[in-house]
Amino acid sequence: MGLLERMSTTVKAKMSKIMGQFEDPRETLDYSYEKQLELLQNVKRGVADVTTSKKRLELQKARLQASLDKADAQAKEAVKSGRDDLAKMALERKIGLQSQEESLDQQIADLEAEQQKLMAAESRLATKVEAFRAKKETIKAQYSAAEAQVKVTESVTGISEEMADVGLAVERAEEKTESMKARSAALDELLESGVLEDYSGGDRIDKELDKAKAAGDVDAELARLKSEVGR
Amino acid sequence: MIVRIMGQGQYRVDAKLMEKLNVIDNRIVAHVSSGDEKEFRNDLVLLISAIKESGEPLDEMSILSSEVIVPPQDLTLKEAKKIFSGQGLIED
Repeated sequence: MGLLERMSTTVKAKMSKIMGQFEDPRETLDYSYEKQLELLQNVKRGVADVTTSKKRLELQKARLQASLDKADAQAKEAVKSGRDDLAKMALERKIGLQSQEESLDQQIADLEAEQQKLMAAESRLATKVEAFRAKKETIKAQYSAAEAQVKVTESVTGISEEMADVGLAVERAEEKTESMKARSAALDELLESGVLEDYSGGDRIDKELDKAKAAGDVDAELARLKSEVGR
Repeated sequence: MIVRIMGQGQYRVDAKLMEKLNVIDNRIVAHVSSGDEKEFRNDLVLLISAIKESGEPLDEMSILSSEVIVPPQDLTLKEAKKIFSGQGLIED
């Protein structure tokens, strides 16, 4: 059995869940229409969720950039103070952050694609729901119960397939945003704690640099005093 | 024959195109069982673009069911394996 046939089976299973069973075909029409409106709301929520997740990642990217700039500045400061060991530490941090940046860019692009997909799904579904609504009224008005049965089955099956399609797109988008949330939380932690931070809080490189700078200042002061006394 | 590409709408395809799609579909089955992600992706993209190029898009307002359903273009090999094992794309 090919992938296409398997996929059809998968979707049909979903459709039969959506369709349910009703005795009166007219009831089926209204029930299906209700479900369509629900799904449309669901897609809208999906779009909003993806948009929020994307914004969150963009904020994170800004924070990451700030951390990168800081590591850069620290490395320069360390070199100035003659502390190559600290410069190396800061550069290691910088490189670590850079690799995070690439994966973050990829995630933002993925969510952007997901957002576009869901928005397209939303507009397609909205068109179909409108078409269904018109058709539903025609069927109710023009056909006897027996004739209606055939028409109802036709249009309910058609729209259920659309709903299964859109429903699946929403579920996949949800899965993606969920897995990104976990990764994003891990990156938050990395940015907040800083890999080089010591237990007393604060950035170890900063502290060492402060010490080095203070030592430099003392030396300068001492030299100044010596030259004064010597005069 | 009406074909739905998941996430991209429905198309009408003739028997000749359907034959071509079946050939690609068979190759996809082989890629899934051998676990060749790259070839799997290539053929899935090829399958979908063949439908879009030679198929006739259905009117947006039409409400019809499809005889053939093509998975979404970004389907992963892992997801394809789930479909083959009958688990569906997303577990209920």
